[in-house]
Amino acid sequence: MLTYIIRRILYAIPILLGVNILTFALFFILNTPDDMARAHLGEKHITQEDIEVWKAEKGYNKPLFVDTYSQGMSTFTNTIFFEHSLRLFVFDFGQADDGRSIIKDIKERMWPSLAFAIPNFVIGITVNICIALLVILFRGTRLDQGAITLFVALLSISYLFYIIVGQFFIAKEWKLVPISGYLPSEPFKFIILPVIIGVISGIGQGARLYRTFFLEESTKDYAITARAKGVSELQLLFKHILPNALIPILTGVVVVIPILFMGALVMESFFGIPGLGSYMLDAIRSQDFSIVRSMVFIGSVLYIIGLLLTDISYTWVDPRVRLS
Amino acid sequence: MLKFSILLLIILLISGCSDNPWNNPNPLINNDNKVYFSNFQIRPKHLDPARSYSADEGIFIDQIYEPPLEYNYFKKPYSLDPLTLQALPDVIFLDNNFNPVNNNKNGEIFYTKYILHLKKGMYYQPHPAFAKNNKKEYIYHFNSFEEGRSFSTLADFNHTDFRELIANDYAYQIKRMADPRNFSPIKSLLSTYILGFKELSLSISSDRENQSNEQLLDWINLDKYDIPGLKVVNNYTIEITINGLYPQFKYWLAMRFFSPIPWEADRFYHNPGFKQRNLSLDWFPVGSGPFMLTKNNPNGEMILSKNPNYSHGIFPFGPENHPSKPYYGRKLPLIDEAIFRLEKETLPLFTKFSQGYYDRSGENHSNIGSNTFDQVFNFGTDGLELTPEMKEKKITIEKDEQPAIYYTGFNMLDPVVGGYEEEKRSLRQAISIAYDDQEYIDIFFNGQGSVAQSPIPPGIPGFRHGKSGINPFVFNWENNTAVRKPIQLAKELLAKAGYPNGRHKTSGNPLILYLDISSNSNPSSSILDWKRKQFKKIGIQLEFRLTDYNRFKDKIRQGNTQLFSWGWLADYPDPENFLFLLYGPNSSASCNCDSVNNTNYNNPHFNSLYKQIKIMENSDERNKLIDEMLQIVRKDAPWIFGFTPTEYYLNNPWVYNNTRHGVAKNLLKYVDVDSDYRNSQQYLYNQPNKIPIFAATGLVFLIVFPAVKAYRRRQKETI
Repeated sequence: MLTYIIRRILYAIPILLGVNILTFALFFILNTPDDMARAHLGEKHITQEDIEVWKAEKGYNKPLFVDTYSQGMSTFTNTIFFEHSLRLFVFDFGQADDGRSIIKDIKERMWPSLAFAIPNFVIGITVNICIALLVILFRGTRLDQGAITLFVALLSISYLFYIIVGQFFIAKEWKLVPISGYLPSEPFKFIILPVIIGVISGIGQGARLYRTFFLEESTKDYAITARAKGVSELQLLFKHILPNALIPILTGVVVVIPILFMGALVMESFFGIPGLGSYMLDAIRSQDFSIVRSMVFIGSVLYIIGLLLTDISYTWVDPRVRLS
Repeated sequence: MLKFSILLLIILLISGCSDNPWNNPNPLINNDNKVYFSNFQIRPKHLDPARSYSADEGIFIDQIYEPPLEYNYFKKPYSLDPLTLQALPDVIFLDNNFNPVNNNKNGEIFYTKYILHLKKGMYYQPHPAFAKNNKKEYIYHFNSFEEGRSFSTLADFNHTDFRELIANDYAYQIKRMADPRNFSPIKSLLSTYILGFKELSLSISSDRENQSNEQLLDWINLDKYDIPGLKVVNNYTIEITINGLYPQFKYWLAMRFFSPIPWEADRFYHNPGFKQRNLSLDWFPVGSGPFMLTKNNPNGEMILSKNPNYSHGIFPFGPENHPSKPYYGRKLPLIDEAIFRLEKETLPLFTKFSQGYYDRSGENHSNIGSNTFDQVFNFGTDGLELTPEMKEKKITIEKDEQPAIYYTGFNMLDPVVGGYEEEKRSLRQAISIAYDDQEYIDIFFNGQGSVAQSPIPPGIPGFRHGKSGINPFVFNWENNTAVRKPIQLAKELLAKAGYPNGRHKTSGNPLILYLDISSNSNPSSSILDWKRKQFKKIGIQLEFRLTDYNRFKDKIRQGNTQLFSWGWLADYPDPENFLFLLYGPNSSASCNCDSVNNTNYNNPHFNSLYKQIKIMENSDERNKLIDEMLQIVRKDAPWIFGFTPTEYYLNNPWVYNNTRHGVAKNLLKYVDVDSDYRNSQQYLYNQPNKIPIFAATGLVFLIVFPAVKAYRRRQKETI
């Protein structure tokens, strides 16, 4: 397994390089270093001299990919790409264009993101599995049909609608929780509402999908045999069907675990959670390439880790699977 | 699920035993302190007074730093008062030999000297930069990374100290603005005026280039530079000499750029490795003002606490009938702490305000948007009035008319809409008549604004009320009010311009105009439809060119637009700061740079009058010249003058001294709150409705119990 993991890590290097090049190219197609300087220096009384000084200070006064005036390795090393993007491979994120340390900001903002994302993820999965199991217990009945209709209805409603309705009733009308915000000293009361909304809005998709997995398993020979041997439905569901249905569930679930760190763009924005999702959004708005590239890089690394964890988790839930 | 619901229910019921409402988003505070709660919408990017230019940053920075002058809290038109000075600066005019002269009749004035006399006994906030040991050496001025390695926040420093504010601190800050590394947005402006400033900037750049790369400490002590425009006479007197006549310089002395910076703070923040740990003057200000920044988390919460060393602020005396009268002469500030929470979305912000968790609806923005307007205002017989719900809560309104203007510009270099011929003028005048800004304000701004009659907004010298102030090319004066000219006249003007019924008089082709729109202005389709409708009134087809913001700015610089929308918020309340937007040499296209005259308007007569008014103090003579300039620009119509925004701020009844100023942002020192009143109202407003919790729990039981029952029944059937 160790060889497999090392091989996968080595595969990740060209992928990360590709992501880096792509992010870099896309960003600089839309924003020239002069545009970035203007965005950071403000609108009034800015001279070309100020722009040149800013670019020199931030290292944006160099060629993008190739320095034709340099010789040897400097042709590639004396470029914006080399100096700003490649050092990410040693996790040196540097400073944002407004001077703040990016790694310090990330360390500060990851906790609010995780405070929301982890309960949302864990409770969401648990609730979806429970509901799907409950529906499977009554498969073929009117309850099953009603549940499917409800799932499709929940699936069809916009995410924003859940947020607005949730904020209106739970926070504004009933005054049960704060409508938005976050305090590190008492995160619980601030995450209740986004978690409730996150979980309810995810039921339609999650429970419907898991119901399909469970339904498929429940008609297999081993399930029929178990029933014939007198195993109760509950025992069948929890001891036989659930473990077998875990492989397809894990495919979708484990891969997103590391990504939880990156935060939720919409939720963080609407609920004023100062996490990494809103950090990324603000950086895009303010044309801060240093933050954007760092966040994209971290996102790519985490996604690769997620895929690797998914593969490893297969061997855990299904002993027949071997990594080679 | 059942257990979780019960657990949740128990937690909620237990927390319900507390006096603190469940939905309180604010941190618990010491009730002995007077704490003000507010919000900010845009995270501050810079808190260095040499660099910060944003009004949103003023919420914080203007409470911490003290420039020499400030605006009077009450007076309109705006008026300057001394802040750290004993009196307004002495102004001496000098000839080319630096000898005093009395007037400029024959152009004798070459320089102007401003003499600033500081008050004594003003002190900075406590800060580790000032801390010294027994040997009188600075404890935290380091020369290597190792010495400062253990410090990552200001709280890590055990020792603090303070000292008196002296005249050299102002000189030091002016020199900081000359340092290209500080990216001061007014560096180029000051290079034009302050004697020796440009040379100083070059010297600093040169010294920096000569610094050894291995030198860890990249601090340059700016005290070593002397320039002719700056003279520190003694600890309480400083002289600033500028080129020529520039009466507006006094307004710059009221802006944060001219705040004092102690050299110790500059040295402290240049400690090796501090910048990498976000320890910089750009993030942790060191001021002598009424407040100091005690928490700086621009991602969530900023806290300003009372500066314990501040003692020189007194509430100014104003009109006899003003609601702030009981405060006249009281020592400032009136509160102990102000907590500002980042609130980007207006709907949650307004909810928190109406629940009593924010004392006021906003600081720099009223935050009453189209989605909340109906909850706040009704249109009554006397115009805009509060809804019964707001009245019941005794919420008050404070109006703020900003020294700003939003306009639609014609590119005067464009072959279709630009030019100074009579036909081109007629075309622009026709469009100005058809474009009904009052309707725009009513529909899209809920009536919060006033139609502009010239580039000068209300409250600025040169603005005239009534008949004499209207744009006679667009409005008539009827029944004591400005009435837009009939659309028929616009059609006649269009025909005169060579486009009868919106078609070219010879080719018959329809007149199609293009409005460039920046993508970040994000106009709704209803706004675009409305704009199209205005042009359609006289048969002109309007097309939109939605452009990425950076490319939009490129187009402006290159003069590649036809029509565009723009706005301007004044730096200072002088007509010069608006009329320079139309001064020919300030054209963006002529220099292909970021200048201010984006329409590229260039009328020689206007330009010559501008040169005259620029160096004049406010007077009847100056106003006459301004009237003349306004008539020229109204006739040429390079802008559709648009409107001046008005904002209505809401205040909860426990907050006092809510007068808004328009220009000044250092108003937190005047604010007072009644904490006990607030606590009682918060408790009253926020009694939770627990029925939904019981209903939700009941629903879970309703689902689970029948399911269990049905399952058991089925199990029995199977057996």
